Amino acid sequence: MNKYDVIILGGACAGLTAGLYTGRRALKTLILTKDIGGQAAITHEIENYPGVGKINGFELMTNFSKQAEEAGAEIKIGEATALEIKKGKFLVKSSIGEFESASVILAFGLEHRKLGVPGEKEFIGKGVTYCATCDGPLFKGKTVAVVGGGNSAFDAAEYLSGLCKKVYLIHRSDKFRAEQVLIDIVKSKSNVEIITKVEIVEIVGKERVEKAILRNGEVLKLDGVFIEIGYQPKTDFIKDLVKLDSIGQVIIDKEGKTNVPGIFGAGDVTDTPFKQVVISAGEGAKAALSCARYLQNNKGLEIKPDWTRRK
Amino acid sequence: MELNDSNFEQEILNYEGAALVDFYAEWCGPCKMQGPIIEELAAEMAGQPVKIAKVNVDESPSTSSRFNIMSIPALIIFQKGKVIETLSGLHAKEILKKKLEELL
Repeated sequence: MNKYDVIILGGACAGLTAGLYTGRRALKTLILTKDIGGQAAITHEIENYPGVGKINGFELMTNFSKQAEEAGAEIKIGEATALEIKKGKFLVKSSIGEFESASVILAFGLEHRKLGVPGEKEFIGKGVTYCATCDGPLFKGKTVAVVGGGNSAFDAAEYLSGLCKKVYLIHRSDKFRAEQVLIDIVKSKSNVEIITKVEIVEIVGKERVEKAILRNGEVLKLDGVFIEIGYQPKTDFIKDLVKLDSIGQVIIDKEGKTNVPGIFGAGDVTDTPFKQVVISAGEGAKAALSCARYLQNNKGLEIKPDWTRRK
Repeated sequence: MELNDSNFEQEILNYEGAALVDFYAEWCGPCKMQGPIIEELAAEMAGQPVKIAKVNVDESPSTSSRFNIMSIPALIIFQKGKVIETLSGLHAKEILKKKLEELL
């Protein structure tokens, strides 16, 4: 089995920065992640990461990952399915095999919140999608629905109105959390129909999405459903080991420690109050430094400081 | 190998062995991560009876709609021209390799 000093679960702002720091401390580092850059990588433009001006999210995250690899971190694409403690070591089970380490940093962010209706899971990639900018162009000239009432839903509706024949915006309430400017823009689009105080109860189709059934019995014929109802942590697989808050986020202290010695957390998956690229990056660094200190103090590992690092 | 609407049928559907096709677009971030993985896979599996190809969805609309590509990256595994599995989202080289080796 592959053994590491530290395994970082997640390869976006927090995880890649943590990997940069543990790599520079000459810790044998594995970053295990299902993608590179997470939410930031699919953000068209990032304008609030200091020092780089305006940058495309994918480009910024590619830079993060290159820098982590150059520092010595190994990146593997895979998804963790279990985290166990075995004989004082951590065992990570994943879609690409098992890995062992002396410490773990949890930095796998959030995933799209699901509607939880029949047909949703079955049609992912066949008409159900969670990313308008990623999949929107595949629905050119089609009829779609956007579900949600926040900025991301209105952003999606605005973007899709330029591509699709017809866009329904479906929201369970008649109050929107989106900014008024955005709401006004969307309302002004002739091919957008806003339907409020109703929910989709089922997504139906054969090979792909064909219609959505609403709670009031109405049936919408459509080709795609864009679900934009926010994010949630996917922490089920660690809930028996690591202390989580009421919404499933990993609880960390100001040093990035969780309740389990040797397990650290950083970024959006934690109970940090702000979900931002720069904050996640900072927390990744903090968790990595705490982790290095833990390995030195508790595992007797000799930590080489950055400036004497081997080339 | 880059395929399009005019040669897809001949190269993949009429091929007797196993094949993996990566459907992508220039504007798709995750596709840019999948691309190099597919290239590495193709290099590692060179010499084996398996075809590894990519299709640009914007340039090959009829192939894309024939296989209901509604989210990319989409990876379709074929054997003897029949769809064995459709994978959507970014996938690791190890997993794809294992799936293809099972078909050899």
